This record gives sequence, C-alpha cells and structure tokens, in this order.
Amino acid sequence: MQNRLINWFKFSSPATFYPLAGRLAPIFWVLAIVLIGIGLYMSFFVAPVDYKQGDGYRIIFIHVPASWMSMFIYIVMAGWSAIGLIFNTRLSAMMAQALAPTGAMFAFVSLWTGSFWGKPMWGTWWVWDARITSELILLFLYLGYMALVGAIDDRRRADRAGAILLLVGVVNVPIIYFSVKWWNTLHQGATIKMNGQTSMDETMLQTMLIMALGFWAYSIAAAMVRVRAIILEREMGATWVRELIGDRA
Amino acid sequence: MLEALLWIVRRDVTIALRRRTDVFTTLIFFLIVVSLFPLGIGPELDTLRLIAPGVVWVGALLASMLALEQLFLADHRDGTLEQILLAPQPLPVLVIGKVIAHWLITGLPLVIMAPVLGLQYDLSAEALSVMVWSLLLGTPTLSLLGAIGAALTLGLRSGGVLVALLVLPLYIPVLIFGAGAVEATTSGLGGGAHLSMLGAILLVAILGTPLATAAALRIANE
Repeated sequence: MQNRLINWFKFSSPATFYPLAGRLAPIFWVLAIVLIGIGLYMSFFVAPVDYKQGDGYRIIFIHVPASWMSMFIYIVMAGWSAIGLIFNTRLSAMMAQALAPTGAMFAFVSLWTGSFWGKPMWGTWWVWDARITSELILLFLYLGYMALVGAIDDRRRADRAGAILLLVGVVNVPIIYFSVKWWNTLHQGATIKMNGQTSMDETMLQTMLIMALGFWAYSIAAAMVRVRAIILEREMGATWVRELIGDRA
Repeated sequence: MLEALLWIVRRDVTIALRRRTDVFTTLIFFLIVVSLFPLGIGPELDTLRLIAPGVVWVGALLASMLALEQLFLADHRDGTLEQILLAPQPLPVLVIGKVIAHWLITGLPLVIMAPVLGLQYDLSAEALSVMVWSLLLGTPTLSLLGAIGAALTLGLRSGGVLVALLVLPLYIPVLIFGAGAVEATTSGLGGGAHLSMLGAILLVAILGTPLATAAALRIANE
C-alpha cells in the first residue's frame, strides 16, 4: 500500500474520515443555505407566473428536487452497501445509515408537497398515479431499511443485512416503477401527466436546478453530521475516540 | 446437487405433513380474509365481481407472508440450518429446495382453493382459469422474495412485523400483474400479457433471490 501514489482506502477508516467529515460539513451547510436561499428567492420573486397554473406551480421548485434526491439517495445508499459488502469497509454501512433518514425525509416531502400541489390543480389530495405510487413505495423501502437496521442489535449483522436489503430493493425499484406505470396506463387512460406542461421557462428551469444543487449540499451536510455521530457511537471503545473526547473534557 | 435439493424438499414436506395444523392455518387465514370482504362491502354481486381479483390476490399475499416465519425458524432453532450452511452443496441450490417445499406447503393449497373463492365472488369460468394460472405463476415468486425477508429477520425480536415491512413493498409488482391478469380477462382484453410478465418475474426471481437469501442466511448465522 505504501508505494502507491494514492491510497484509495485512506478515508475508509472511521478514524481518518471523522475529521474530514467535520471539515466538509460546514462547507456544505454554507453552500446549502446560500443555494437554497437564492433558489427560494428566485422561485418566489424572479420566476414568472405560469399562464395555466398561476402561482400554485411554485411548489414544484421544492417538489421536483425533493423527488430527485429521494431517488438518488437510495441509489447512493445501495452503492455504499455494494462497496461495503465487496471491500468489507466499516464506513460504507455507516454512510448508508447516515443517508437513510435524509432520503426518507425527501420522499415524504415530495409526497407532501405533491398533495399540496394536487389539491388546487387536480382537485384531489391523492391520485393513484404511477409516479406518486412508486414514490410512496420508495418511502416504504426507506422505512423498512431503517426498521431492519434498528432491530438488529449486533452492529456487524445489521450493516450487512441492511446492505443486502438495499441491493434487493434497488433491483426492485425499476420493476416496481414500470409495473405501477403499466398498471396505471391500463386502467386510467387520460390521467393528467406531470410533464403535460408546455415547454418550461428558462428561469424556472434555472431556479429548479439551483434548488436541486442546494438540496444536494444539504443532503451531504446532513449525512456528514450524522455519520460523525454514528462513528463516535460505534467506535466508543477505540483509543482515538477516547483521546478526542479526552481533549474536550 | 439435485439430489440434495430433492432431499430437502422431501424432508420439509414430510415434516409439514406431520404437523398439519401449520399448513391449515395459512389456508384458513386466506379463506377468512377473502370471506371478510363481502361482509364489509356488501353482497352486491356487481361490486364483488369487480373487486374479486384484488381481494383474492391481497389475501394470497398476506397468507404467504404470514407463513414466511416458518421457513427457516424451526431449522434455525434446532441447528439444522447450521448443518445446511456447512453442507458441501452450494447454498443457493439448497435455498431453492427450501423455497420449493415452502411453496408446496403454503402456496399450492392457496392456488387450489382460489377457484372456490372466485365462485363466491361470481367470477366467470374464463376469469377463474386465468386467476389460477396467475396464482400458479405468482405465488412461487412470493415465496422466493419472502425467503430473503425471512432470512434477514431470522431470530430477531420483532421478526413477524418486520418481515411485513420488508417484503410487502417488494411484492407489489406481483400483485399488480396477478390481479391485473384477471381484471384484463373480465374486461375482455385477455390476460396473456400479464401472465407473461408474471412468468418473466418468476424467472428473474429464481435466478436472483436464492443468492440474496443465501447471503442473508450466512450473515444471520455468523
């Protein structure tokens, strides 16, 4: 390992990652606050009023980035799980567990804002539309993962069992998505489509992208803070943690 | 290899036949759940015909999920599972054997009983035969997917509820295509496409899930 130029596994040890996460977290908090601040300002004051939906469409600036994040975080968690199972790194499972609550939160936010948008636009809080239903199932998958990891006392078993569940889930997510979609098109021919909007205004798209980047920064920052807590909790017995706590006490 | 698989199937089926109540509880649960719906919704045959495929499929889903706990638990308790893990034959093959036996004990009775329940809901003969085919193709997938959940939660305190939380979201495609096949038949579209999808899902499940179940069993028995 010594004669290689880069040690790829340097930060896979909790002891070296802990300070790195501590340095990264504030950067991403600042980024998140700035980007979401700009995004919110643009979505309320800069983006033009939609000619069909009026001001109500502005919910979409939170709704769409939240949906993206909820799906993306699940894939990232599955990626961490695969790395954890292949290289047997302890940190990977901790990262997956640190991301899970954020992902579940975004899935919930996406459903919640979606129903707020649906009430004035479609006249109903809930439609059994393909996207909504798959998002709901995604939320269930997050909850199942967190419940499984929480129910196993042995940390090592919890890590690996959770990893298998995530990998099975990530294979299933496209199957679920398409099955729900086909199920839906078979039964209700003319549902209002999310992409039924006419081509999107330039500023609207920019606002949405800025919000998405802000949500990214927030997710990373939240995961870093959470992973630091998980590392401390797990490595309680390790010497470096004792030294660290000893410094502060 | 095949011999070991058949041996496991024969052993599990023999054990189950000597403990018949376990087999019957699943079946009776299925009957009761499906019979509750007309009581809750009302006896109009038009409504019942409409909801029959969904009700029968959800009933089958819940019944097969309830039976999952028995899949590995007894073997885990008396140490047989450890011997299976130590066996020279590849573990995924042995897992397939356990799943086949489990399906014969809990899945097949549901498939056989389903037409009788369909008659209670006034389904046509054609719809009934499609329902039996959809269950025949779908319930093995349920057992295969459920085995992952059963292996992951093996020996945990809140195993039963947890299995539901893990496994039911994964069951959704099977439910959609299974109930969809019957509905498509009753509405005159023909259930062939749905049945093909169920078959495809079953093939993918046979290839993929035993590996995940085997990995989960090894983790549970470390």
